[in-house]
Amino acid sequence: MRVGLFVTCLVDMMRPSIGFAALRLLKAAGCEVVVPSDQTCCGQPGYNSGDQDAAKALALKLLKEFDGCEYVVLPSGSCAGMIRVHYPALFKDDPALSESFQRLAGRTYELTDFLVNVAKLKAVPGDYSGSLTYHDSCSGLRELGVQAQPRALLAKMPGVQITEMREATTCCGFGGTFSVKFGEISTRMADNKCEHIAATGAGAIVAGDLGCLLNIEGRLRRRGDLNTRVLHIAEVLAGEGECK
Amino acid sequence: MQVTAMHFKRKAGANLRNEKLQKALEKLQSKFVDGRAVVIAELSDFEGLRDAAAAIRDRVLNNLDGYLQHFEQEATARGAVVHWAETADDVNRIVAEIAAQHGVQRIVKSKSMVTEECGLNDFLESRGLTVLETDLGEYILQLAKEPPSHIVAPVVHKSKEDIADLFEQKHHRPRTTQITELCREAREVLRPGFLAADMGISGGNFIIAETGSVLIVTNEGNGRLSTTLPRVHVAITGIEKVVPTLEDVTTLLRLLPRSATGQSITNYVSVLTGTKGKEDADGPEHFHIVLLDNGRSRLLGTELQPMLRCIRCGACMNHCPVYQNIGGHAYGWVYPGPMGSVLTPAFVGLENALDLPNASTFCGACAVVCPVKIPLPDLLRQLRHEQVKRHLRPWQERAALRLWSWLAQRPAWYALGTRLVVRLLCLFAGSGKRLRHLPGVSGWTNGRDMPAPTGRTFRELYRSGRT
Repeated sequence: MRVGLFVTCLVDMMRPSIGFAALRLLKAAGCEVVVPSDQTCCGQPGYNSGDQDAAKALALKLLKEFDGCEYVVLPSGSCAGMIRVHYPALFKDDPALSESFQRLAGRTYELTDFLVNVAKLKAVPGDYSGSLTYHDSCSGLRELGVQAQPRALLAKMPGVQITEMREATTCCGFGGTFSVKFGEISTRMADNKCEHIAATGAGAIVAGDLGCLLNIEGRLRRRGDLNTRVLHIAEVLAGEGECK
Repeated sequence: MQVTAMHFKRKAGANLRNEKLQKALEKLQSKFVDGRAVVIAELSDFEGLRDAAAAIRDRVLNNLDGYLQHFEQEATARGAVVHWAETADDVNRIVAEIAAQHGVQRIVKSKSMVTEECGLNDFLESRGLTVLETDLGEYILQLAKEPPSHIVAPVVHKSKEDIADLFEQKHHRPRTTQITELCREAREVLRPGFLAADMGISGGNFIIAETGSVLIVTNEGNGRLSTTLPRVHVAITGIEKVVPTLEDVTTLLRLLPRSATGQSITNYVSVLTGTKGKEDADGPEHFHIVLLDNGRSRLLGTELQPMLRCIRCGACMNHCPVYQNIGGHAYGWVYPGPMGSVLTPAFVGLENALDLPNASTFCGACAVVCPVKIPLPDLLRQLRHEQVKRHLRPWQERAALRLWSWLAQRPAWYALGTRLVVRLLCLFAGSGKRLRHLPGVSGWTNGRDMPAPTGRTFRELYRSGRT
C-alpha cells in the first residue's frame, strides 16, 4: 500500500529522527512510503489561534500534496486529529470540498493507530531495552482514540517494561501557543506530569506527540532531571537512529 | 457581579503560588473526578444517555420561545406569577418590587448562580432588606464576603481550618475543625433565619413546561425550607433552563447529580408547582418565577448555541487541568472553568475577557465529560476566531502567526526559514543542547528549558539521501 508520510513541522525542525523512525516503521510494515517534498505545516497553530483562513489555505495545500496516497500517516495525534476532525469542520459549508476532506480524513492515521489497525505490523524492529512510562497525548487520545495502540506495539518488544504513571491521560500543559501565552499555568501542568513520571522510576517517558515531549523534557531538565530519557514512540519502536 | 476577567493571567499566577489554595484544590480530584467516575460506571449506556440529554436540550433551544410560553401558561394556571427579565438589573428591580408588594423584610436564599450574575444580595441589602444565604457553602462565603469559586462547590477554595477561623470570628463560639460540629453550628445560626423569613429565594435547575414547575436539586434541605416555609417564594433562573416534560427531566436528572457531585441522586429533588393549596400543609402563598435572559437569547442561532444546553453540573471545571491548578476566582466573573470561558465573553463582551477563550490547551477533557455534549473546545476556538476577526489579539501574536502561515504556504521560503531558525537555535544552545532563555518566548523559558533542535531539518536530511 502506498502511504504518504507527513512528518509534521515540529519533527521537521526539532527532531528529524522521529520522521526517519516513522519511515522505517512504515517500511517494516511493508508499505511503499512517499514523503511529499513540499509539505510544511498542517495549519493547526493558525486554526487554534482563531485564524481560519490560514488553516484553510494549508488544508488545501495538504489535500493536493497527498492526493495520490492511499493513506496519510503522521507521527502525531494532534496533527492527525487536525486532518481527521478539524479539516472537515472547516469546510463543512462547501459541499465539494467537504467531500474531499471527508475522504482525506477517512484515510489519515496517527502512526501507531495505522501500524496496529491498518498495516497490522507483526514484528517491531526496535531493540529498546528498559523501563518506560507512556503519556497519552490529548488529541490522539480524545479525538482519535489512540491509547491501546502504542501499548500494543510496545508489548511486542521483549526488552520493554511499561510502568503506568498516575494521570497518564491528563494534559502535560503544552497546548501549542498556550505554553507561551500562559507560561506559568503551563509550567505547573508540566510540573505535575514530571512528578508522576518521577514516581514511576521509569528510565524514559514516551509519547506520540513531539509538542508534549518538548514541554515535558523542558520541565524535567529545568527541574534538574538530566537522566530520564524523553522519546517519541516511533523512536522506541524503530530503534533510535542517531541523527547525523 | 463585577467583571475582573481581564486580570486572569495575574490572578492565575498568584493562585498558583497560593499554597493554601493549592492544598484546597486537591479535593477536586478525589471528591469530584473519582467520585463521578464511579457513578457514571453504574450507567449501562452513558453515551446513549448523553445523546438523549443533548437532544432534549437542543429540542428546547430550537423552539425556546414556544416552550417558555407554554411554561408561563402552565405556571400561571397553577397560581404562580412569571416575570421576564431582560437584564440582571431587571431581576433586581423585579425582586425588590415583589418584596415591597408583599411587605417583605427578611429573606432566606438557597443557592443560585443566576443571582450572582445580578449581584442580587448587595442590591437587596442596599434597599434595607436582610438576606441570609442558607446553602452552607454560600453562607460561608456571605460571612467571608467572597464570591463563589465553583458553581456547585462554591467554597472549594477554602479549607476546613479557614472555615473554623471564620466561624469563630463571626459566631463568637469556641473554634472547632470538626466538620459535623461546624455544620451543627451553621444549622443553629440558620434555623431562626428560616423561621423568621418572609420570603425565600431559590434558583431553578430546570423549569418544566408541561406542569409549570420549578425543579431544584439540593443536598442540605435548605432548599426545601427556603421554598416552603416563607409566605413568598421567588425562583430565579435563566430562560434556557426550560425542559418540555417531567419525563424529559428524569433523563437529565440521571446525568446532573452524577456529573456534578458523583451522586446517583441528590438528597433532595424538589418539584415546586404552584402556590399552597387549601389541602396543603406547607408551601408559599405567593410564588413568583423570574426568568433572566442577560445575553442568552443572543446566542440562539449562532455557533455558540450549544452552550445553552448547559445544565450547570461543573464537570467541565472539575476535569479541566487549568481550573484544577488555578481555581475559579481567576476567571473573574460568575462562571469559571471551560463553561465560564465561553459564557463570560458571551455575556459580558469578548473585549472584557480576552484571555478566557485562550486559557485552554484544548485537551478535550471537558468535552468528554460534559453530560449534554457541549463541544467546549470548539466553542472556545470559535471565540478565538472572533477575537482575530475583531483585531482583539496583540500585534506581536498576529504578526508571528501571519509570518508562519505565509511561510508554510511557500515551501521554498519555509525551507529556508526553518533551516535558519534551526541553525540559530543550535548556535544559541551550544553544547548543552538546551536553551535557558529565548527572546520572545519567555513564557516558555521562564519555567522550562527549550530543547534545541538536533541540527538539520528533516527535509534537508531526507533530500541528502538519509533513510
